[in-house]
Amino acid sequence: MSELRELYQEVILDHNKHPRNFHEMPEATCYAEGYNPLCGDQLTLYVKLGADQKIEDLSFVGSGCAISKASASLMTDELKGKSVKEAKNIFEKFHAMVTAKPGEETSFDLGKLSVLAGVCEFPARVKCASLAWHTLNSALKGEEETVTTE
Amino acid sequence: MTTNLKSREDSVMKTPSFDIEKIREEFPTLHQEVHGKPLVYLDNAATTQKPRAVIEKLHHYYTWDNANIHRGVHTLSERSTQEYEAAREKIRQFIHAKKTSEIIFTRGTTESINLVAQTYGREHLQAGDEIIISHMEHHSNIVPWQILAEQSGAQLKVVPITDQGELDLEAYQKLFSKRTKLVSMVYVSNSLGTVNPIKQVIEFAHQAGVPVLVDGAQAVNHLSIDVQDLDADFFAFSGHKLFGPTGIGVLYGKEQLLEKMPPYQGGGDMIRQVSFEKTTYNDLPYKFEAGTPHIAGAIGLGAAIDYLQEIGMSHLATYERDLLDYASKAFEQLPDLKIIGQAKDKTSVISFVLKDIHPHDIGTILDREGVAVRAGHHCTMPLMQRFQVPATVRASFAFYNTFEEIDKLVEAVKKVQEVFTS
Repeated sequence: MSELRELYQEVILDHNKHPRNFHEMPEATCYAEGYNPLCGDQLTLYVKLGADQKIEDLSFVGSGCAISKASASLMTDELKGKSVKEAKNIFEKFHAMVTAKPGEETSFDLGKLSVLAGVCEFPARVKCASLAWHTLNSALKGEEETVTTE
Repeated sequence: MTTNLKSREDSVMKTPSFDIEKIREEFPTLHQEVHGKPLVYLDNAATTQKPRAVIEKLHHYYTWDNANIHRGVHTLSERSTQEYEAAREKIRQFIHAKKTSEIIFTRGTTESINLVAQTYGREHLQAGDEIIISHMEHHSNIVPWQILAEQSGAQLKVVPITDQGELDLEAYQKLFSKRTKLVSMVYVSNSLGTVNPIKQVIEFAHQAGVPVLVDGAQAVNHLSIDVQDLDADFFAFSGHKLFGPTGIGVLYGKEQLLEKMPPYQGGGDMIRQVSFEKTTYNDLPYKFEAGTPHIAGAIGLGAAIDYLQEIGMSHLATYERDLLDYASKAFEQLPDLKIIGQAKDKTSVISFVLKDIHPHDIGTILDREGVAVRAGHHCTMPLMQRFQVPATVRASFAFYNTFEEIDKLVEAVKKVQEVFTS
C-alpha cells in the first residue's frame, strides 16, 4: 500500500481532479498531439513561445489516467516562464527520475515535479508520466504528426 | 448459456463432479505471489494459463520427438508427423468438422481471418461489393477487411449494437443488399462477453447466398462448438485462449470453399510439384500451410483439447456462469461502478468503469493487490467510442477461478475507491 500511496499522492490526485492550465490556447505559437496507445491517454499541448525562445504560456486538453493528467498539469505549471533550453534540461532530469531503478538513491532537485518520483516503482506507468513531456518536445520541434509513447 | 452447449459430445460425456481444487492443481502458474499477494488471474480473455498436460506435452515433444514433419523417412519425423496430424484430428472432433482436410493450422485467429481476406476475399470481391461486420469486432476482424477494401474497392458495412451490448439483428438484416458478398462476425465479444446469435446470423446470410466467417476466438473456451450445426463457412480461433500454446491457431473452412481458394503463402509443404515453368499445389489442408508450421504448438493444442474434453465443456460453462452471476451481483453493490455490456447471453467477462477513475489507474492498483485484469480498449476502439469511454477494466474468468478470487477482486476495487477518495 505504501508504494501505491507514493504513486497516488494527494498532490497528484488533486492535479488529476483539478488540472491546471487545462484549456485550449488560440494564440499558441505551436502545439502537438500526444497519444499513449496502451491506455488511450491523449492530450493536445499548446505552447506560446516568446521571441527569446522563452515559454510564455503553456496549456493542454485531453483525457487520460491520473498519472498522465497530473503530470501534464504539473509540467505546464512548472515550465511557464522557462526557456526552451531550461525545459529540455528539466525533462532530462524528470526522465531520469521516473525511470530510476526501484530503491535507487536519487536526488534530482525537481521541486514540485518530484511528487511523480513514485512512478519509477511502476514501470508500466512511465509512459503515462512522460506523455506530456514527449508531446512538448514534439511541439517545440514543430512536428505535426501525433507523437505516441510506443 | 446457449443451445450449443447441449452438443452430442457433451451428452455422451461422463465426467466426475467439478473439483475446483483438483483443477487448480493442474495449473502451475496460478500458484504464485505477486507483490506479496496470492495471484488472482482474471485476464483470461487476453490469454489463458496452461494446464500441466500442455506444458508436459511440449516438454516431451522437444525432449523426444523434435523433427520436421511430412518429409522425413526417419523415426523422429514420423513420430512428429503423427502427433501433428493427430492434433488436427482432435481439433476436427472438438469443433465437429466433417473432415480433417478442413482444419488449417495458422498462427492464430488474426492470421486465419487475414488468410480468408487475402484468398477468398481477393478472389470474390470487387469494387462496390460489401462486407458486413459488427460494431463489437476486435481490430483483427476489422483491419483485414479494411485492407481488402482498399485493394478491391469493396466497402465495410457495420451492424450497430444496443446499449446493452447486443447485436441489433433487425439492423443486420437491413444491411444486406445485392452487393453483400461476405459476413464476418464475432461469436463472443472479447470486450463485453456478449454471445451473438451466430446461428441466426449465418442462417439469414445463407438465405441471401452470402457466406459467413465466424471469429470464434472468445467462444471456443466457453461454448461447445459445432461448425456443422452452425453451418459456418469459416471459423477462426487461437490456441492460446483455449489453454494451449501461443502462436498456433486454426482456420476451419468448408471443403468446397477451400478447394476453390488460391493459396495464401507460397513455400514448402504447400506444393505438389515445382518447376520453373509451373507449380502445382498440394491438397487440403496443406495448400494453406506453407513452410514449417508450429509443430509443437499444434501438438500442445491437441493436449489442451484432450484436457478440456476430460472435464467436459458443459461443466466448465455451468461453473463459469455461476462465477459470472456471483461477480455481477457483487459489482452491482459497488457505488459508482458501471458494467459495460449487459447482454442477456454472456460469457464470464465483466467490463466496467468507475466514476472519475481511469481504468489504467484501476489496473495498477488491482495489480498491487495481486489481481491481474486488463485495462484498456481491448483492441476494440470503435466499441469504446460506441460506449463513450476511453477504456474499460475487464475481468474475465476461467473455470480455474474461484468465488474467493472474486471476493478479492471486489475488495481490491474498493481499495481503488479508497485511494482515490482519500
